[in-house]
Amino acid sequence: MSESEAKVVFQRPHALLPVVTNYCPGCTHGIVHRLVAESLDELGVEGTTVGVAPVGCSVTSYDFFGCDMIEAAHGRAPAVATAVKRVHPDNVVFAYQGDGDLASIGMAETVHAATRGENLTIIFINNAIYGMTGGQMAPTSLPNQVTQTSPYGRDVTTAGYPIRVCELLSSLDGVAYLERVTVDSPKNIRKAKKAIKRAFQNQIDKKGYSLVEVVSTCPTNWGMTPQESFEWMRENMLPYYPLGVYKDVEADGFANAAEAAAARAAACPIASKKGE
Amino acid sequence: MEKVLMKGNEALAESAMRAGCRFFFGYPITPQTELAAYMSKKMPKIGGTYLQAESEVAAINMVYGASAAGARVMTSSSSPGISLKGEGISYMAGADLPGVIINVQRGGPGLGGIQPSQSDYFQATKATGHGDFQVVVYAPSTVQEMADIVYEAFDVADKYRTPVMILADGMLGQMMEPVVLPEPKSPEDLPEKPWACVGHKGARAHNVVNSLYLTAEALEDLNVERYKRYDQIIATEQRAETYLTEDADIVLVAFGASARVARSAVNSARAEGIKAGLVRPITLWPFPVEAMEQTIATAKEYLVVEMNMGQMVEDVRLCVEGRRPVEFFGRCGGVIPTPAEVLEQIRAINEKLTDSAKKGE
Repeated sequence: MSESEAKVVFQRPHALLPVVTNYCPGCTHGIVHRLVAESLDELGVEGTTVGVAPVGCSVTSYDFFGCDMIEAAHGRAPAVATAVKRVHPDNVVFAYQGDGDLASIGMAETVHAATRGENLTIIFINNAIYGMTGGQMAPTSLPNQVTQTSPYGRDVTTAGYPIRVCELLSSLDGVAYLERVTVDSPKNIRKAKKAIKRAFQNQIDKKGYSLVEVVSTCPTNWGMTPQESFEWMRENMLPYYPLGVYKDVEADGFANAAEAAAARAAACPIASKKGE
Repeated sequence: MEKVLMKGNEALAESAMRAGCRFFFGYPITPQTELAAYMSKKMPKIGGTYLQAESEVAAINMVYGASAAGARVMTSSSSPGISLKGEGISYMAGADLPGVIINVQRGGPGLGGIQPSQSDYFQATKATGHGDFQVVVYAPSTVQEMADIVYEAFDVADKYRTPVMILADGMLGQMMEPVVLPEPKSPEDLPEKPWACVGHKGARAHNVVNSLYLTAEALEDLNVERYKRYDQIIATEQRAETYLTEDADIVLVAFGASARVARSAVNSARAEGIKAGLVRPITLWPFPVEAMEQTIATAKEYLVVEMNMGQMVEDVRLCVEGRRPVEFFGRCGGVIPTPAEVLEQIRAINEKLTDSAKKGE
């Protein structure tokens, strides 16, 4: 190879279509979309993947991902994804959801898909606000956070407390892997990529339900520049939503979620009964 | 052909599996219980999926997902549960997804009761969910017809890419009758669905199943296109049974369980020399306007019998267009009208007709 010959070292992932997205400048959806698409490329599964888009800012992500895509009703992505996976157990199925979709209107679907141990990959964008509808209070909006519908700041005495999704789901037996990441720096993006790819690999290896929560920003509705948003996120969100692994059955020494669940229920005779 | 004795709910389940349905998602509710129980027992034995969802809402969205993935899929519920499924049914219509939804109706509104009812006629035929759309609605009136119709419903759903609803009720679901079951079809032998999300395998552009269209004109175009398909359904899928209507002065109109009662009343009226007949819509949408129109020449008056406060009667009036009087008799809340009660109504109409005929002389 001659020294003058050009070599491609960085390009658009194949699983991300060459189209213009509708995301605001500075939005982290673009980064996370890229990480999902890179993972599909690297695992060689774009052609067997079915993605489920939510209602929220990423509602039109069916136009951005190159794999087959289904647009679900608000919050119902885990139910839709469950059925797709039951119909095609050898396909890769993922849902990409925001905080309102996953942790408010779709909380029942989220919890039950997780406890059923559906072999799914869930990408959860937590930016503490409803972006698409113009900045209302989300289930993950922080105490005293000002939003369109908490104009005096989220008053926990009337609006209640935010939900920490990874912590909540970590008690469920069907869950194989939960990690909270962010994408505010190259180092954290690399970590997020590793977590997202792992969540897909888990599904391929039939380990159980995997969810990666990406603590994100919303410069438009937070009323900040992208840089200020990351600053605010690091200062306020990360202490409330600490990064890290919340469940990893493999690290705990189990082959999959089912094995970990069985060990936990070992003292319960009926739960320990072997199936026919 | 071998006849077996089955409950209506069981016949619906068995026949659905014979139509190639291998995916069932549901949530417990009376009086459709036997249907889900039958599915949970049989589906695992034939390589199918029975999944008890966390809610009616989740169940219908699983139907949406399985349908989007190309499978024949069904859910069943009863009135309050169908209200919850309205969201998913609307999304299925908006995304042009086939699927079969069973409503074993009970009395309403609210939690209502658990006795048979037909009070979801409006919901099924006018507004199952938000937006401009229709679902094909069948109203069987025997266990045999339940088996036959659900078997066909999957084909109709696939052909027009639309949800299909079977409007049964607690009486039909719970009663036992002999039934000849249809021939089992293998899911592998069903027609391909090139639009389904199964993974593009690098061989085609990605498929998208979606009901969101942010451009007003695009959404309008799609609705117009869908209504052209509805026109085709109206033209080809209307079904009704007519009974003794050729010379009928008094034409009863009733569907499902109340049609069984109306039929008995017609027989009794005939025995008394009253020329009564019955139109039994089998499709509630499309409403069998053609069968109705054929009765107008002889009919002097119509009597609509329903297990509700008067719902289908509005569609009958739309068919009759003021050309004849249309009376209504209904019981509701789970009360089933008796043949004697209906016969009373027929006699009253007959007397009125005889009186006015005399006056006219």
